[in-house]
Amino acid sequence: MIKRNYSPFGPDAQRAVESGLTAAEWYHTDVPRKVMKDLMARSDQPAIRDTIILYGCMILFAGLGIALWPSWWSAPFWLAYGVLYGSASDSRWHECGHGTAFKTPWMNTVVYEIASFMIMRNSATWRWSHARHHSETYLVGRDPEIAIMRPPELAKLVLNVFGIIDVLKFIPLILRNAISGPTVEERTFVPQSEWGKVRRVAIIYVAIYAVTILSAVAWGSLLPLLLIGLPRMYGAWHHVMTGLLQHGGLADNVIDHRLNSRTVLMNPISRFIYWNMNYHVEHHMFPMVPYHALPRLHEVMKADLPPPNRSIAEAFREMWPAIRRQMMNEDYFLRRTLPPTARPYREDFRQYVPGMMPTSAAE
Amino acid sequence: MPWTLACATDDIDEEDLIRWDHGGQTFAIYHSPDGEFFATAGLCTHENVHLCDGLVMGHLIECPKHNGQFDYRTGEAKRAPACANLKTYPVKVEGGRIFVEVA
Repeated sequence: MIKRNYSPFGPDAQRAVESGLTAAEWYHTDVPRKVMKDLMARSDQPAIRDTIILYGCMILFAGLGIALWPSWWSAPFWLAYGVLYGSASDSRWHECGHGTAFKTPWMNTVVYEIASFMIMRNSATWRWSHARHHSETYLVGRDPEIAIMRPPELAKLVLNVFGIIDVLKFIPLILRNAISGPTVEERTFVPQSEWGKVRRVAIIYVAIYAVTILSAVAWGSLLPLLLIGLPRMYGAWHHVMTGLLQHGGLADNVIDHRLNSRTVLMNPISRFIYWNMNYHVEHHMFPMVPYHALPRLHEVMKADLPPPNRSIAEAFREMWPAIRRQMMNEDYFLRRTLPPTARPYREDFRQYVPGMMPTSAAE
Repeated sequence: MPWTLACATDDIDEEDLIRWDHGGQTFAIYHSPDGEFFATAGLCTHENVHLCDGLVMGHLIECPKHNGQFDYRTGEAKRAPACANLKTYPVKVEGGRIFVEVA
């Protein structure tokens, strides 16, 4: 068993480049061009509808929370507001960052900036980290968005259900960004032309949080923080729950998204919060397809994919034992069976990259 | 520079593109919504992804991998993560055939 090194300056990152893994062509399901063009078509209408519902619900829940404060009767409304603030912002950040949610570019930009602030991600930095996540999904040392590093640290996963790890990382990072721009690690994926923007965004974030904290102190009330900042913690659980399922327990250092990503069928409320990112294999293979077309894309390509998990609970029942095994053996991963209609997995590079177990050893 | 036959005009749907490989290079040839034809380098300047699987929207081509955008008439990069412009090539249409002046 070889210990993985997730540093962008570490030996795994270096070998991924040297072996050609980072430059490899990823597997794609064959989808006829006309069908794909139809799926990729952009539209403002679904995202405008969803954004009105999202922000409308946030205003309603926050208003009821404020009206009933400090009674405990306000708690359910804060919890609902928190999930929309601290979890739905994750998917809005994601979709608008891709530029696929809306047809009109400025709409993507506005929702992206608001969502980035709410989810506590520097909007200038994370646009680039996510590009790398798509180029080099779960390549050790190269993908800056690996949610569950091996061996998994259970305590960190649990703490992050309340956003604790993310927020504790965010606070010093945004202050550093505001003072000196991107860190040395961030400069490995953010082009130099964007470094000034990273700093400007950080200064704006710090200023908003400073005003919020000062308001809370001046008024002697928790309300400003319940509205801005804290919901990133008390409402984080849904995006952590769905986010862990994206790649948890699956392979790393492969060039086939069917091996490292998971599609999970979900209830409509979770799909609204998550903006259909439960179709995660489909999204990674075809990131041009907007969130509202992913269910149709799933129908088109499902014969070439491992069967999706039928619910969040079922997906956790599959993933959780794998994560526990990875705590003891970090080379372990789930290798799901493909249907007879699917083309075989692409398993190139496995023999060249450290940290991979032979196919025969996987279960 | 020589004009090289690339394809027929009806090989490319309106508001779409095709890939054309020639002389060890790969190109993208576009059919704009107003009926004109254009040619650019075939790989995105961000990470060398073939643009032929991307989406043409008006006069923009969007890369299928990271959603970077270019104006395919000028090659200008219009949306991150694409920063460097695409190389463009002159195109002429004669008798329903598209010729590209390759460098």
